[in-house]
Amino acid sequence: MGSAVPALTVTNLAKRFGERSALEDVSFDVARGEVFGFLGPNGAGKTTTVRILGTLIAPTSGSAEVDGIPLAAANGTEIRQRISIMPENPGLYRRLTVQENLELFAGLYGIRAPRARISSALDAVNLQDRSGDLCGSLSKGLSQRVGLARALLNDPAIMFLDEPTSGLDPVAAREVHDLINSLRQRGVTVFLTTHRLEEAERLCDRVAILNTRLLLVGRPAELRVSLFRRSLVVETAAPLAVPQAVFNGDAGVDSWSVDGAATYVLTVADPRFAAPRITRALVAAGADVVSIAESRHSLEDVYLELVGDDPARR
Amino acid sequence: MIRIDGGRLAAVARKEIREFRRSPFIIGSIAVFPLVFMINPLVVIFAIGATVKAATVQKAVGGTFLVLLIVPAVVPATIAAYSVVGEREQGTLEPLLSTPVRRLEILLGKALAAIVPSIAVAYLLFALVVLLARLFASNPTVVSTLTEGPHVLAEALFAPLLAGWSIAVGTAISTRASDVRIAQQLGALASLPPLAATALVSFQVITPSVGVALGFGFGLLAIDVVMWRVVATLFDRERLITGSRATPPPARGGGEPPGTVRHISMTGGTDGG
Repeated sequence: MGSAVPALTVTNLAKRFGERSALEDVSFDVARGEVFGFLGPNGAGKTTTVRILGTLIAPTSGSAEVDGIPLAAANGTEIRQRISIMPENPGLYRRLTVQENLELFAGLYGIRAPRARISSALDAVNLQDRSGDLCGSLSKGLSQRVGLARALLNDPAIMFLDEPTSGLDPVAAREVHDLINSLRQRGVTVFLTTHRLEEAERLCDRVAILNTRLLLVGRPAELRVSLFRRSLVVETAAPLAVPQAVFNGDAGVDSWSVDGAATYVLTVADPRFAAPRITRALVAAGADVVSIAESRHSLEDVYLELVGDDPARR
Repeated sequence: MIRIDGGRLAAVARKEIREFRRSPFIIGSIAVFPLVFMINPLVVIFAIGATVKAATVQKAVGGTFLVLLIVPAVVPATIAAYSVVGEREQGTLEPLLSTPVRRLEILLGKALAAIVPSIAVAYLLFALVVLLARLFASNPTVVSTLTEGPHVLAEALFAPLLAGWSIAVGTAISTRASDVRIAQQLGALASLPPLAATALVSFQVITPSVGVALGFGFGLLAIDVVMWRVVATLFDRERLITGSRATPPPARGGGEPPGTVRHISMTGGTDGG
């Protein structure tokens, strides 16, 4: 994906507020054009990380590079020129119209021909017909879309989106997802913090799970495999008379358990290898097989497994 | 070296003026304060009899003239007091600070937006008092005294200096306040020092003269410069967002245990695919 230099390089980043530690020893890279999900419970340090990388606050220790530029106070203006941050609360000037809000930010980014850029940003979020509305009169969902339009204005190399679909109806949320996918195709790096795990799973190339410390980084599918053993769920029409006779044979089952009257969860090394063998064994045992399928763990399962067990949460 | 981008400064100032125009409180402040402060000078001027000696007219006009100078101290203070805490209350401060704009550009843009209407109102008020004096004052020397060179010069000089002081104090309060109303009430205190100077002159503790005016002028300029340095220091991104400045690393240094992060990658790449 383009340049070998990562869009973000974070090394041993830490932030303390007085005696309270908001971030501890956080390190990760984000490749250019990657959609990177940043997940964690409230107070995990997600917003603090975004603020540090956006040069709004200084880390207590550690270092980072944003779009190849070392994170330092002297580089703040240059870094902020190349990124955009959309906070969860879009923070619009309520007494100004949508157009006037965007004109302000176009001016702050030094955009030449701002009208064309504003028009294209409004087009991207389907708000062209609301440009004359006062922001104070907009619903939360529409405000969120104006915030997104504002984040698109400077054509950023890296976009930090904090809960971009918060308050949006399903149709508008889908439009935001499409927008994020189109940004990915244009090579824009998206750093997405979200509580919607299905959204992260659908959109993100990789996710990081944070709880003050970074607990895990990887692709959603890889995380599932790394945390959960693969398993098959077998349902039969009636309970098996002697299930151990079926599952303890040569069907590739490592272990099994009963999950309901006639449902069995089988831990297997390779579902594609084991499923046909188990089916044959069940048929040979005279069982009526209702279904046999690989158990799918969601990103939510991964998240709960990690965060639920994390002592930092308690 | 101080670098200021004129485009960003203008963008901030334009936004501020657009917001002022739609804020009933600010429009009200700009309209009402000058009218209130115009009453006393007019009463004094109209009360001067036709046969009153020139020296007495000079003293009366000098006193009322100083009252007019309170306007450029009071009006911008209420505007400036809203400038930062208003952004914080609306939730617009963080998006604003996330842009390439430098703090000096924000501060000067906001100051420019506050000082222009304040000085315009102050000058307009002065012109209005002169006009009303010309039309209705019974003593013919009142107008000539009001429009004497030193008075006009002092109005031209002190209005921006007082407004500069007032905006600096208002902005300083605004960066630390957590509530718009408290900031605006405290901001009004910015007018106290000029009020005190006015009182000293009115009660003839200080005799007005060109030398005193120049002394005040230079003193005020020096105070303005110091005050704006203080404001620039207070206007710290981290402090504005989190309420505290960046804390240094703990004394024990690097004692935190490393995290237990697991980097999971089956394909060995971080390019996101």
